[in-house]
Amino acid sequence: MLALDEIDLAIMRATQAGLSLSPQPYQVIAEQLGLTADIVMARMAVMQDSGIIRRIGAVPNHYKLGYRFNGMTVWNVPDDRIDELGVKVGQLTFVSHCYHRPRHLPDWPYNLFAMVHGKTQADVDTQIQQITELLGTDNQACDVLYSTKILKKTGFRSRS
Amino acid sequence: MNDIDRLIINQLQTGFPICDAPYQQLASQLGLTEEMLIERLQVLLDNGTLSRFGPLYHAELMGGALTLAAVNVPVERFDEITGIINAYPEVAHNYARNHRLNMWFVVATETPEQIEQTLAAIEQQTGLTVYNMPKIKEYFVGLKLDA
Repeated sequence: MLALDEIDLAIMRATQAGLSLSPQPYQVIAEQLGLTADIVMARMAVMQDSGIIRRIGAVPNHYKLGYRFNGMTVWNVPDDRIDELGVKVGQLTFVSHCYHRPRHLPDWPYNLFAMVHGKTQADVDTQIQQITELLGTDNQACDVLYSTKILKKTGFRSRS
Repeated sequence: MNDIDRLIINQLQTGFPICDAPYQQLASQLGLTEEMLIERLQVLLDNGTLSRFGPLYHAELMGGALTLAAVNVPVERFDEITGIINAYPEVAHNYARNHRLNMWFVVATETPEQIEQTLAAIEQQTGLTVYNMPKIKEYFVGLKLDA
């Protein structure tokens, strides 16, 4: 665990809802917290270098950009191969998230998760085919789960 | 959405400067004015094209905890269970998915213990088995969706 002090946490809380759209957004945070902009910027740069801030930027709504086909692809691959395969799958340009997660046998045999996004079903089918080819014989079973409805989506403090 | 919006969205998925006047810096890179960049960003946020703009924090590195969980909800109880699960403030996202496990939600808490407590409470309140699928390893997070 990285050591975060009160100043870092205060900056985190002040930016949970996003960054101000005024010309000097770091100055705005500084004024809120009674700090200087230099300190705010220095702290945020350190947090970014250490990975606590994954990045500063925009998160687009997939659907609004026309990416209506968002598939959670799930794969059963050998545990002793998953790290190598996970890195490779994560490098595919159309994969937004790639994780090793636990199986729940017998109901859920899949341990490798990769989210893919396409504007058409055909796009996604092609992407799945590419992952299938990449995994080769290590792919022991797979499935694709599409979201059929967003039931809840809140901005929460720490998600990338 | 016009070409300028596309340019802004694509650029802002790769990062944003930390400096005194970051909008001005980015705007000059993109051949825009600072005012234009800020105005378009406001529009894109207001109309929901962008769901967020700002620092994206890594939950686990800050001591927080996240998990993905799934349940098999009987069709006739779908609305009831949606209501129960969504009522938990710890539930950040919840999606219906086309699978036997037809409801998938993300739980975010301050501590790992609270994850267990939240999932146990949901199991008790719904009477359904909650499949907890915390990440064991992260291989990649991030995506540039071409606008």
